[in-house]
Amino acid sequence: MYTFSSRFRTVAIVLMIVGAIGVIYGFLTSHKSFEEVETMLEAEASEHGGGHGENTTHMTDVHTDDHINDHSEGVEGENARSEQEQSLESSKVEQSDMYIDETSADYGRSQSEVDIEAGDSEMNSEATNDESQGLLESQAHGDDGHSVSVEDHAMDHEEHVEHVQHQIANRPWSALYVAAFFFMMISLGVLAFYAIQYAAQAGWSPLLLRVMEGITAYLLPGALIVLGIAVLSGTVGHYNIFIWMDPEVVANDEIIQNKSGFLNLPWFIIRGLIFITGWSLYRHFSRKYSIAQDTADDNKYFIKSFRISAAFLVFYIYTESMMSWDWIMSVDPHWFSTLFGWYVFASMFVSGITVIAMVTMYLRSRGFLPLVNDSHLHDLAKFMFAFSIFWTYLWFSQFMLIWYANIPEEVTYFVTRFTDYKIPFLGMIVMNFIFPILVLMNRDYKRIPWFVVMAGLVILIGHYIDIFNMIMPATVGDRWYIGIPEISSILLFGGLFIFIVFTALTKAPLTMKRNPFIKESEHFHF
Amino acid sequence: METSKVIHALYTDDDVLMSAVKRLKAERYHIEEVYTPFPVHGLDIAMGLAPTRIAIASFIYGCIGLTVATIMMKYIMIDDWPQNIGGKPSFSYIQNMPAFVPIMFELTVFFAAHLMVITFYLRSRMWPFKKAENPDVRTTDDHFLIEVAVRGNEDDMFKLLKETGAVEVSLITNDEH
Repeated sequence: MYTFSSRFRTVAIVLMIVGAIGVIYGFLTSHKSFEEVETMLEAEASEHGGGHGENTTHMTDVHTDDHINDHSEGVEGENARSEQEQSLESSKVEQSDMYIDETSADYGRSQSEVDIEAGDSEMNSEATNDESQGLLESQAHGDDGHSVSVEDHAMDHEEHVEHVQHQIANRPWSALYVAAFFFMMISLGVLAFYAIQYAAQAGWSPLLLRVMEGITAYLLPGALIVLGIAVLSGTVGHYNIFIWMDPEVVANDEIIQNKSGFLNLPWFIIRGLIFITGWSLYRHFSRKYSIAQDTADDNKYFIKSFRISAAFLVFYIYTESMMSWDWIMSVDPHWFSTLFGWYVFASMFVSGITVIAMVTMYLRSRGFLPLVNDSHLHDLAKFMFAFSIFWTYLWFSQFMLIWYANIPEEVTYFVTRFTDYKIPFLGMIVMNFIFPILVLMNRDYKRIPWFVVMAGLVILIGHYIDIFNMIMPATVGDRWYIGIPEISSILLFGGLFIFIVFTALTKAPLTMKRNPFIKESEHFHF
Repeated sequence: METSKVIHALYTDDDVLMSAVKRLKAERYHIEEVYTPFPVHGLDIAMGLAPTRIAIASFIYGCIGLTVATIMMKYIMIDDWPQNIGGKPSFSYIQNMPAFVPIMFELTVFFAAHLMVITFYLRSRMWPFKKAENPDVRTTDDHFLIEVAVRGNEDDMFKLLKETGAVEVSLITNDEH
């Protein structure tokens, strides 16, 4: 039996307390008044000598020029303008407009569309001049036509400040949500891995099944917390994560209106509860049968575990996919991707396996898993290696298909990420692909515990950033930073995770007694 | 060349073969070669053979493949004739890199796999019209053969090999070369 050392328990509790203090601090400091945000933006503008402030003035200038042009040429004259320069100019107008036009609802969308169109018209101005110009102009002037006045700019400015204010208020919510989802996803990934071990009747892994059962103990509380934060952000908070929960946004957004049959709060909650119920039921019964098998005199419980594992895997692959649409993809309700569910799955699977390896190595180093040998470690490290590549494969497939086709409604997703999140976006690929592929390729390195722990830490940080990159651009936009709210949230849920997992590990012997494959697992080597 | 003498000992079971190899190593006899009809797990370790370095060679070949792909497409698509094809940015390699990744990947795998196989053929001296080096045709079917260099008393070695479970022991004298 494993005993949760009191020192380790204290570490977990301290992590939770420190994290909770930081999270509270994050919420207290994120509610800035309109004036505060206004002065902050002005300070930023003067500091950088660019940024928003300059854009505002620049915008006014260009706008004026544009209007003079328009008026001198007349309304019909607009179409006649076909010089490259003017296309560029209007794209500049459009680019600066975006800081003003943006509403909290379609900020990411309008900004990125504009970026792409602006980029396109710059690159292929000859080819697409007429077309893009027409498009840009119709967007730039919109309903206002040619009557943009000083009051409009004042209103635009107000909208901009409000938008930034909203982004700042979103930050502690998103930080909490990303960390909560990250730890929930680890235990869900482990549960899927566990089910696969049963369904595949793996001979190497039964020694590790109890470790996996311990990690999946976090799933029920963790998933309820994720769903809770999602719902609270839309009921208690001011629609801080999911804008489709905001009736005002939906009223003005035809795209979300058309999706409201799926994206509405009651149905979102019901779906979430169905997913959590299904996963928890499997986890509950597989744990029960696993412990019952220890004292049984036949393999009845093992066969039951085998059957429910196969059924769970079917349920899991549907619900995991839908969960990723609900809990992650719907933060960008205008965007969609068909392989998103698989992509999230790859992320959760590789993080889950990494955590299995790390917990196993910790327990082995404390002498609680005497029968686990280097070959078990080697196998886990191979899974970490292979699924890191699998993740990269899906990440790249999603990225390249969208990049290649460059359809504005899809590509906005990557444009916002590439313009505002360049370091996490590219850093994540280094940490989740290049680092593991080079470090874990060598056979001998996969058998060195500290080496695998090092690689595991990098993989886990990389996948945290992966989730960060999925949520943050839609909620806080370019106002992101990995500071107190983010780190505190990781500490809070990390502490909770350690506490629940290691408490669960004390509840049953760490080595199974009557698993039909346990002998094979004990003598496993290659 | 002078006459060389080896002893061929035939076995019918891989477990017996493994214990015989271990016994011979313990008695410090030199095993020239072992012929088996299928891979015997752990035989290389029992014989004390050095681990293969073909994986390292393959890694290097893969790196070469990646370099070839990169240089080739950088030259063709970016330097030599940077056309605008469907609006893809051809100003620098990195800008258009996602489109090149499938080829970079495939060439890496192609080089790593094929050059590794060719290396394997070269190192193990295999080619289409090579004369088979098979001392006894039964070793391709159901017999295992250990070839031991004669050292000291031949009769002692015969006795030892019989003890290890050999079904047939014979002295082979090579004097062709």
